[in-house]
Amino acid sequence: MSFALSVRNLTKTFDSGSRRLTVLDDVSFDLDDGATCAVVGPSGSGKTTLLGLCAGLDRPSSGTVELCDERLDALDEDDRSRVRGQSVGFIFQQFRLIPTLTALENVTVPLELRGERGDNEAKRLLERVGLGDRMTHYPTQLSGGEQQRVALARAFINRPRILFADEPTGNLDTETSDRVEDLLFDLNAEAGTALVVVTHDLDLAARTERILRLKGGRLVSDEPQSVRENEAA
Amino acid sequence: MAFSSTFAWRDSRTSRRRLLLFVASAALGVAALVAIRSFSDSLQTTVTEQARSLTGSDLTLHSRRAFSDEAVALADSIARAYPGEQAREAAFASMAYFPSTDGARLTEIRAIEGGYPFYGEIVTTPASVADSYQQRGEALVDASLLLQYDVSPGDSVRVGQTMYRIAGAIDEIAGQTGVGSFVGPRVYVPLASLDSTLLGFGSRAEYRRHFRFDNADEEAILAEIQPTLTDLGLRSDTPTEAQEDWNNALGDLGRFLSLVGFVALLLGGIGVASAITVYVRQKADTVATLRCLGATAGQTLRAYVLQAAVLGLIGAVLGAALGVAVQTLLPAVLGSFLPVEVGFAVSWQAVAEGIGIGIAVALVFALLPLVRVRRIPPLRAIRQSAESEGGMDWLRLALFGLVALGVAAFAWVQTGDVQATVGFPLGIAAVLGLLALAARGVMAAVRRFFPSGWPYTARQGLANLYRPGNQTLVLMLTLGLGTFLIATLWLVQTSLLDQIAVTSGGEQPGLILFDIQPDQRDGIRDLVEAQDETILGQIPVVTTSLAAVNGRDTDDIRQDSTSTIPSWVLRREYRSTYRAQLVDSETLIEGEVIARVPADTAVVPISLEADIAGDLGVGIGDRLTWNVQGVRIESEVASLRAVDWARVQPNFFVVFPEGPLDGAPQFDILLTRGGSDAEAAAQLQREVVRAYPNVSIVDVRLVLNLVQGVLGQVSFVLQFMALFSILTGLVVLAGAVLISRFQRIEESMLLRTLGAAREQVRWILFAEYLLLGLLAAAVGVGLALVGGWALSAFVFEVPFVPAWSGVLVALLIVPALTVAIGLAGSKGVLQRPPLEVLRSAG
Repeated sequence: MSFALSVRNLTKTFDSGSRRLTVLDDVSFDLDDGATCAVVGPSGSGKTTLLGLCAGLDRPSSGTVELCDERLDALDEDDRSRVRGQSVGFIFQQFRLIPTLTALENVTVPLELRGERGDNEAKRLLERVGLGDRMTHYPTQLSGGEQQRVALARAFINRPRILFADEPTGNLDTETSDRVEDLLFDLNAEAGTALVVVTHDLDLAARTERILRLKGGRLVSDEPQSVRENEAA
Repeated sequence: MAFSSTFAWRDSRTSRRRLLLFVASAALGVAALVAIRSFSDSLQTTVTEQARSLTGSDLTLHSRRAFSDEAVALADSIARAYPGEQAREAAFASMAYFPSTDGARLTEIRAIEGGYPFYGEIVTTPASVADSYQQRGEALVDASLLLQYDVSPGDSVRVGQTMYRIAGAIDEIAGQTGVGSFVGPRVYVPLASLDSTLLGFGSRAEYRRHFRFDNADEEAILAEIQPTLTDLGLRSDTPTEAQEDWNNALGDLGRFLSLVGFVALLLGGIGVASAITVYVRQKADTVATLRCLGATAGQTLRAYVLQAAVLGLIGAVLGAALGVAVQTLLPAVLGSFLPVEVGFAVSWQAVAEGIGIGIAVALVFALLPLVRVRRIPPLRAIRQSAESEGGMDWLRLALFGLVALGVAAFAWVQTGDVQATVGFPLGIAAVLGLLALAARGVMAAVRRFFPSGWPYTARQGLANLYRPGNQTLVLMLTLGLGTFLIATLWLVQTSLLDQIAVTSGGEQPGLILFDIQPDQRDGIRDLVEAQDETILGQIPVVTTSLAAVNGRDTDDIRQDSTSTIPSWVLRREYRSTYRAQLVDSETLIEGEVIARVPADTAVVPISLEADIAGDLGVGIGDRLTWNVQGVRIESEVASLRAVDWARVQPNFFVVFPEGPLDGAPQFDILLTRGGSDAEAAAQLQREVVRAYPNVSIVDVRLVLNLVQGVLGQVSFVLQFMALFSILTGLVVLAGAVLISRFQRIEESMLLRTLGAAREQVRWILFAEYLLLGLLAAAVGVGLALVGGWALSAFVFEVPFVPAWSGVLVALLIVPALTVAIGLAGSKGVLQRPPLEVLRSAG
């Protein structure tokens, strides 16, 4: 079985005045295709930095990331975009819908970037997330939960091999969160997509197969679901 | 490309109204260019079509002297060889006297025999009298003159000793400018009945023979007779030459005005750049998200460039349409400078060029901020603080280079002059650089010396000038440059007029009487003194020509192709005087002024004006031989003088000492104070003209009024074009207000949530716009004072007189407009309840 994501000795440092800050320190892990994992840790532990590096949004100071069989360090910015466009889906805490596009148009963006039309698939996905009657609405006309569901539809439209979710329920109330979480895991299971969720929410993390704990930039534990189940038992 | 275009279209939907001002910024400059270019094109077409009405003939031969027997023989031989029509004319300045209202004025007399003008019409009231006035021995008089002296057709006008019945008023003459009639109103009389004494000694008439050929090519005829013309001292005019002259002059005017219009377009470009800067800032999150979703830097850049291009196209097309509309106003603005009535015709070439230049400017200026889109990191989608890539952006640098090259290229296409090509972009860069420097200085100074004792609202308004995302720089550039252009024009105009007024005040003459014959000297003196008039001087004038320089014949020098002496200096007629000392418009540079020598002195010591001495290549001790009405007089340069030609009084190249010319044929010029007021001056003119009809009188006051009028019209044309810059500045201001609306909405919402009253928010905005307007006006006017001084001192060489009233007007109007537009654009911000704003901004 191949890895959807393979991280080796990943380190990220910043120069802050005369000091050098290490925000991520020698992190390594692999994620199988179709597997799910959560990255948890306190604020400032390096979760978002790790996500950015894994998705090729940023460059590491040292170490390598292999995303969907592509070594990211060997690619330039546009090639990394191409990889994301072909194989990666995103869910953001702030939803990040494009305010000038309707719900339907927001969902089709990843396909249109590849020069494909995907209206029917987009409509199907919007129906699937329960927004069949809100397709022509603009983001400002939708509630937070509805916006995040549009973002879910957008994340799955290009049938990604891996999905990165950055605090996907961080801006939602509990009830809405539950619905979005259900949809996230259902869609993930249906599509067989690998999933990396960065979150503070331990309930959400518990729904993944594996939890990576970060502290002070270091990976302090990497627990598969079975271990946690045993501990719980 | 498919994604970029689809996205560009969809993304623009919600911001189209905001982007409208982007369009408007570019539109006004394009309008100015298209209006000028299209008008200029139709003008040149009209001039070409009506070329023959410019001269009124196929060929005109003319001379400053009466046609010699040989010249008459040549004219007659042309008429015999090429069938058609022939007319004779003598044109000169002389007084016209209207007995019915007792008015007199110096006019341009055109005494004609024959059917001239053969082409183009003299439009008269009543109609068609131009065809019959010669047979009836009547006169045609400029309508403006009749109006001025309250005279009507049917009344009389006296020219010299001859009284004419006025057959009609001249409303318009094809091929002649309105300004021409303004300066020298025309009186047409039959040559046959002209008082011949008017053409006597001392008159400055021009003699003309006009030809119309049935079917001959005047250029071929001219080529054939050219050598003879030169020998006989005759000059020629043909429609082709006149058309070329006019096309050159009008082309120059069009090109100059195009440069002024181009400045407005560049200002629009700055407006575009500022609007797009804010736009890019607002789109940063969208761009980062797109990059996360797989968009390449090129795809996102293309989408926004496409938006800018389409908006630029719309702006340019709207601008071109507006330009065509403005074109209909231009005949009224430029009318009195034009020889022909210009029909309205759209020049599609001008429209296409305007649109092309408009799109190019909009696109390049939009690209300056847009290329930053490439550097927005995708990481920003998950981390707001993610910064754009640093380092030198070579593409942006190349774009700045492209702007500089584009401006230079435009200047080159317009002027074809290397100096202008280099100077125009440098000049614009210098002014913009100074404005930018002033803007940055002001921001730094406000921050450094912040008046913490001011009321809260004023402090907030002031702080807005340097807060992040402020519009201070761009508004200082656009409003400041507009103010600078208009104020500079105004200051220079005032200085020029002031100089003329100074020159004509005090001990300067008010009336100058020309052509006084020796036997009229005493009579006129008596008459002037009887009117209680002060005589400031009586100057004898002797007409001479140059026969030899240092013993070498002038004809010989003219034939010599190696000679550097300009031909006109050798051929011209020198009106010289004799007196014992210099006058106050003259300064001795070198040598000694000889007061008097015996009449029979073999070599007369003369004083020569320094510039003409330079042209002739002579200095102290060199010999000049003069032909004084057939008598040769040998002279030696004894002194060189500088002459202030700007003084309204007779000045001379050559001053002889008293003695040798006392008995030569001469006439006098009499300078008088010109009465205590206009009525006294008019009274004196009437008395003189009644008794001595051959004497011409220049009323200096009238000349000043004319100069003022012409300068006023020239400056009106320039200010009309500069107006586009001011308007563009205001549009950019409106754009800046509108585009930063969201930022303001957020700020005002926060302030109001924290308890600020609507009135307080309004005061904060008022303070900000007032300060911006005041600063832009102050810097613009400040630079204009420097520019006006430099132009006055170095170009026009007149003392700089700052017109403080105009400065004050600019300092009031610009801030007032800024506040009005700023508050009008922010109206919606204040009226919406905080909660609604909170929701829509979220």
